[in-house]
Amino acid sequence: MAEDGWRAEAAKTGRLAEGVRTYRMIAAMWIRSTMAYRASFVMTTVGNFAATALDFVAILLMFSQVDALGGYPLPEVAFLYGLSSVSFGLADLAIGSMDRLGRRVRDGTLDTLLVRPAPVLAQVAADRFGLRRLGRVTQGALVLGYALIELDLQWTPLKLVLMPVMVLGGAGIFCAVFVAGAAFQFVAQDASEVQNAFTYGGTTLLQYPPTIFAQDLVRGVTFVLPLAFVNWVPAAYVLGRPLPLGLPGWTAFASPLVAAVCCALAGVAWRTGLRSYRSTGS
Amino acid sequence: MDTAFIELDRVEKVFDVRKKTGFLKRERRQVRAVDSISFTVPRGEMVGYIGPNGAGKSTTIKMLTGILTPSGGRLRVAGIDPSRERSRLAHRIGVVFGQRTTLWWDLPLIDSYRLMHRMYRIPDGRYRENLDRLVELLELGELLDVPVRQLSLGQRMRGDIAAALLHDPEVLYLDEPTIGLDVVSKAKVREFLRELNTENGTTVLLTTHDLQDIEQLCSRVMVIDHGRMMYDGPLAGLHEAGESERVLVVDLERELPPIEAPPPARVVKVEGPRQWLAFPASASAAPLVARIAAEYPLVDLSVREPDIEAVIAKMYVERAATA
Repeated sequence: MAEDGWRAEAAKTGRLAEGVRTYRMIAAMWIRSTMAYRASFVMTTVGNFAATALDFVAILLMFSQVDALGGYPLPEVAFLYGLSSVSFGLADLAIGSMDRLGRRVRDGTLDTLLVRPAPVLAQVAADRFGLRRLGRVTQGALVLGYALIELDLQWTPLKLVLMPVMVLGGAGIFCAVFVAGAAFQFVAQDASEVQNAFTYGGTTLLQYPPTIFAQDLVRGVTFVLPLAFVNWVPAAYVLGRPLPLGLPGWTAFASPLVAAVCCALAGVAWRTGLRSYRSTGS
Repeated sequence: MDTAFIELDRVEKVFDVRKKTGFLKRERRQVRAVDSISFTVPRGEMVGYIGPNGAGKSTTIKMLTGILTPSGGRLRVAGIDPSRERSRLAHRIGVVFGQRTTLWWDLPLIDSYRLMHRMYRIPDGRYRENLDRLVELLELGELLDVPVRQLSLGQRMRGDIAAALLHDPEVLYLDEPTIGLDVVSKAKVREFLRELNTENGTTVLLTTHDLQDIEQLCSRVMVIDHGRMMYDGPLAGLHEAGESERVLVVDLERELPPIEAPPPARVVKVEGPRQWLAFPASASAAPLVARIAAEYPLVDLSVREPDIEAVIAKMYVERAATA
């Protein structure tokens, strides 16, 4: 039927392309709506900036009493802090709304997403896209900038390349945690607090040097939930320190690989969660 | 054209319900929400789908839209298996959930429509044409720039119906479309649905608690309870299926002993000169009236139609008794 020509078009594009398209459409709508109230946007962004900057103030207060934390002086801790905040901030900006999934399952509004011709993951991820979350990214970037000025790093081409790779890989790892956490909420709808422990808790953990934590915790954060690849491992390389747990040198460049594996696993978890929802309806 | 637009063949949906019975103990129990239901709906028909809470109505709708995967049986809508090709089907169906909105809660109504326009890839000309028509028919003109959360329930429902129809769906599912609406809003929604069905030939399947919806809109009604189909046919036939009775109210000149009516008609109540006689809904009232008029001093009379709600309730009771 020629009549159905415009309907068939969607079928031609792949699922990934369709997801990206959906995400951009919804995010753009929220940005437009945010920009309609500029004053409010500025205030919430500044608020987000200030609230997240308090974490760094806490670190500064500690350094008023000590000269180093786990052997890391202030600029090095600031380096870790900046990397963790920027990576997490980017992931939070992109898909931070996913922790609302449990609520959607509970109140049944997930069903309204399932009857639309667009991937559910993209719809959930882009929902309430909040530019105010740039506040956290900005303050992380400022702290990172301060660290880079203060630190006398021996730059090599490899280290220069590693910087953006590490930030984006870290964002990828946090995105995977967000998606996996949301997938878990298909089963346990009140689990958004559990998810927060890994996302917000994870970023706070990474703001401090690995040397102040118990080895078992560092092992868990490296091999089980590989948050260490957000900054601890690659940052140790840039700072010219030995890698945590005596990891071999190449692992400093493994962040994108780790992120890819995590995202793939999170994707599988999401599909499993959605399938289970569609067979149980709860 | 295909005769069976919606087609269900022994469709089942079984849920595993886990109940906590102790600290860590859980009891597993299977619930058949939909138990071997079969029906077909031809293109352009308007069907009411009714039953008490938990009868399996919403579960059926969720399977027809591809939200839920059936546990067994065969299901086709426009030739598509909903659970396998949910996105493809989405372009051809419209869904309105009475109790939750498909609109973006915090944004102006028009933003939701703009997003639907792009998400469903509706050609620009068609979108504008449809939007103009829906805005006019559903009286949405002044609401377009209002955030959805500020709309009244009736306004929101009209907004939702418009959203479900922008992409010219061939079938519209309505889950409790008039729930919580005032009389005026209900009338508007019904009027609109009637026009949609007659003028665009859109197939409509609606679940409802409000039997007036069915009486005013649907030529065919399906009654479901405990996941099983109990009745499928014209509304009029429902009375016979439920063996319902009409009531003849007779005013006589004076107080008299109960009228001796020919069975199965019988007097059910006497109050002064007024008497109530029940007789089968399927039988004509004329012979009974003629007989009473000939033998008794008749002043006035009226016939009361049975309440469908009572009819359905009676069906449930009888069903439970035989089961």
